Amino acid sequence: MSTTFAPSTTKLEKLVGKRLRRREDPRLITGTATYVEDVKLPDMHHAVIVRSPHGAADIRSIDISKAKALPGVVAVFTGADIVGVGTVPCGASLPGLRRPDHHILAQDRVYLVGHPVAVVVATDRYIAADGADLVEVEYDIKQAVTDPEKALAPGAPAVHSQWPDNVAFTFHQNGGDIDAAFAEAEVVVKQRITSQRLVPNAMETRGVVADWKTNDRSLTLYTSTQIPHLARTLLAGMLGIEENRFRLIAPEVGGGFGSKLNVYSEEALTAWVSMKIGKPVKWIESRRENFMVTIHGRGHVDYFEIAAKRDGTILGLKLKLIQDLGAFHQLLTPVIPTLSVLMMPGLYNFRNIQAEVVGTFTNCVPTDAYRGAGRPEATHGIERMVDILAAELGMDPAEIRFKNFVRPDQFPFPTATGLNYDSGDYANTFQKALDTIDYHGLRKQQAEARAAGRLMGIGISTYGEICAMGPSVATPAGGWESATVKFEPSGKVTVLTGTSPHGQGQETSFAQLTADELGVPIDDIVVLHGDTSIVQYGIGTFGSRNTAVGGAALFYALQEIKEKLKKFGAAMLKAEEVELGDGVCLNPKTGESVTVQEIAGAAYRGVVIPPGMDPGMVVTKFWEPANFTYPFGAHIIVSEVDAETGDIEIKRYVAVDDIGNQLNPLLVDGQLHGGAAQGLGQALWEQGVYDDNGQLVTGEFMDYTMPRARMMPWIESSHTCTPSPVNPLGAKGVGEAGTIGSTPAMVNSVVDALSPLGVRHIDMPLTPEKIWKLTNGRNA
Amino acid sequence: MNRTINLSVNGKRHTHQVEPRLLLIHYLREVVGLTGTHMGCETSLCGACTVEVNGKAVKSCTMFAVQADGADVVTVEGLAGPDGKLHPVQEAFWNEHALQCGFCTPGMIMVSKQILERNPDPTDREIREGLDGNLCRCTGYQHIVNAVRTAAKAGV
Repeated sequence: MSTTFAPSTTKLEKLVGKRLRRREDPRLITGTATYVEDVKLPDMHHAVIVRSPHGAADIRSIDISKAKALPGVVAVFTGADIVGVGTVPCGASLPGLRRPDHHILAQDRVYLVGHPVAVVVATDRYIAADGADLVEVEYDIKQAVTDPEKALAPGAPAVHSQWPDNVAFTFHQNGGDIDAAFAEAEVVVKQRITSQRLVPNAMETRGVVADWKTNDRSLTLYTSTQIPHLARTLLAGMLGIEENRFRLIAPEVGGGFGSKLNVYSEEALTAWVSMKIGKPVKWIESRRENFMVTIHGRGHVDYFEIAAKRDGTILGLKLKLIQDLGAFHQLLTPVIPTLSVLMMPGLYNFRNIQAEVVGTFTNCVPTDAYRGAGRPEATHGIERMVDILAAELGMDPAEIRFKNFVRPDQFPFPTATGLNYDSGDYANTFQKALDTIDYHGLRKQQAEARAAGRLMGIGISTYGEICAMGPSVATPAGGWESATVKFEPSGKVTVLTGTSPHGQGQETSFAQLTADELGVPIDDIVVLHGDTSIVQYGIGTFGSRNTAVGGAALFYALQEIKEKLKKFGAAMLKAEEVELGDGVCLNPKTGESVTVQEIAGAAYRGVVIPPGMDPGMVVTKFWEPANFTYPFGAHIIVSEVDAETGDIEIKRYVAVDDIGNQLNPLLVDGQLHGGAAQGLGQALWEQGVYDDNGQLVTGEFMDYTMPRARMMPWIESSHTCTPSPVNPLGAKGVGEAGTIGSTPAMVNSVVDALSPLGVRHIDMPLTPEKIWKLTNGRNA
Repeated sequence: MNRTINLSVNGKRHTHQVEPRLLLIHYLREVVGLTGTHMGCETSLCGACTVEVNGKAVKSCTMFAVQADGADVVTVEGLAGPDGKLHPVQEAFWNEHALQCGFCTPGMIMVSKQILERNPDPTDREIREGLDGNLCRCTGYQHIVNAVRTAAKAGV
């Protein structure tokens, strides 16, 4: 036994809270990372999918003979072939939910543009594409409906003939006494507010490589997903294979934003094709397909009514929410608008709400979780309504917010929607944002600008969100997370996280936490994820949960392994009491010590096994949170509108976010900037548009305006910190904060700029055309 | 039908028989085996596929391999030195946290190198204009702008 009895002299620097550059990056900046499309297997075949060009049609016939005759084409399959394959799963459990059968290949009807009709498999991707062009499908075109309000109108075409009203579900949530609130009201304001369809557009499209080994009855599936374990469970069910013979690998994943928090037809189809032909098969989604068949976000038409007193006190809020669901339910489609309802009260103190959600079928691709998932819609709504109320009352939008904030002494704060806000000081964070931007000075500047005929706006959003998803009771497939910490016999440390980071940087931040807790050099630590044969079961990455749930699971695993290290250390030192710190186990009475690496080595050799302990040095922890966390913040945007062109210039963007404690502030900055870009994208540029025939008009980057570098403002970001009591790290989550905070700040800013023209509300996106019409006296 | 092409990729000579319709990006990824260059949109609008052809940044998703016959092509794999020393733009991207998922990054690095070769001391506005052909969905571009500015100071 190589015990040293001298205390360690090298004390390691504490890393949590440091702006460490990422350990993920060397492979990414040198082009040596492995995304799904980079996976190449021996005798790999390629699949290309034939898709519907119509929004609604009956399939009269499919002729695959020409495609099959093409040299290099190995197989062509249609909906008639997929007997026994399960339908695409949906995790929602709303009462009375109507669930259309969502087959992986269309049966006798197509329900949206892009609906998969056939799959062509060839030895080469170009030949597979040639083959797909040779598949001849005859359609009997039917009338489509793509606008959710039109879908609800009497006589509208039925998306699914068995449900002629196009209603998939209705959902009600009431809190407090809404009738009393509206009876007491001195003022009521109403507004219809839309949150348009958005296309998530991860830069890496989806892709799948499936490798079925017939003799082992085993499947290896590489797929670009945020939820490797959940996807394996659900796909195993669809394919009728055993989970323990099914290895799912999420290799490098090129962005998700919720769009890869799902289980898709193509994942099951590619696997099924591999099983059918007994060869590895690759399918890579084109960008056009990504626009057409990967989920969209948002898709709301909301009718708000807010009741208040003349002094600005908000009494209650009513909402009728029409959710454009699309033609089918993907994994969480019906759940998303229910999150909007939960978030309705925002940061405000009122306790009376009434909400009705009407989930509506349309001949469009399903909506589902897209960065923020339900909460941006709600936050945009409440933040717009507060501004509209302030305008109605002639109050300053800052003043009305201070008047209605939940106070610090009210936490934990039970909301009218049944949530329990964990911690916060909303007024303090807001004040910091106001001071940073010099709010009162700005209002003076604005008065001068207006006097000079310029259209300057100041937009405020004080947002809250529901993060760290979440308690299992509130999550369709479990809301816990898992972590394994293992010392290798050499003393090196491997961490396995059940989360599935794809850009968020946990290979770095989790190593920081591990290094600090164990006193091990960070270079001795490796963090692994995204492979179901390596990592214990986990839930995955979404809902700003990596750190606040996955990090908490890791923290508890680290505490448990520290206890084990102490017990083995005490046995090695023959001491009754030992202290563990800085990577060393010390007998305080004698001054003798052993390093954690020496303890780990001894635990594997089994030389000294304390009574009641097992050999080895591995701990796995599953951790269930007791609550969500509730980050919040204040975003303020100063803008100026060019009346002649309708252009909007963002002059300043100040964000003060409170996300609790931070493991690595450099990563936090990146999350906030990226989130803000997506939120500004919704406010100003992005919209997924279908025409009345069901064609996706914005089907490429050519017609869908993504935020580019020259369009983005400089974001002045700072923080306040009220640690969350929900988890031991005090972290709240940051993945979605920027997206939720930015959108209403931008819209409020432009509405404020145009308020001298009598403008009270503008629906997103605020395109120059829309703004020009307003500044030139036309109807937007 | 196939045509023979001779070209240099990252300083190494290659001769291959290729279909005239083979895209340069597919040639680089699947024939040469360099998968650092990524296909993001197939329509030259996202820039993930940016490589250098004869010293100029080019979107390899909308160029045929046969058009690169005789050319010198540089991909992201060709930037670091033979000793593994990173190019200053790569180093700056790492230091400034200019990437998250990393999918757009090879293209971003190639175009950033080009921006600085054309203008060694760009303003932030010029950097943003220079990045206009490249999309990133993760970073909001702020750290990418920082990285290009930092690389400029390091003297590319």
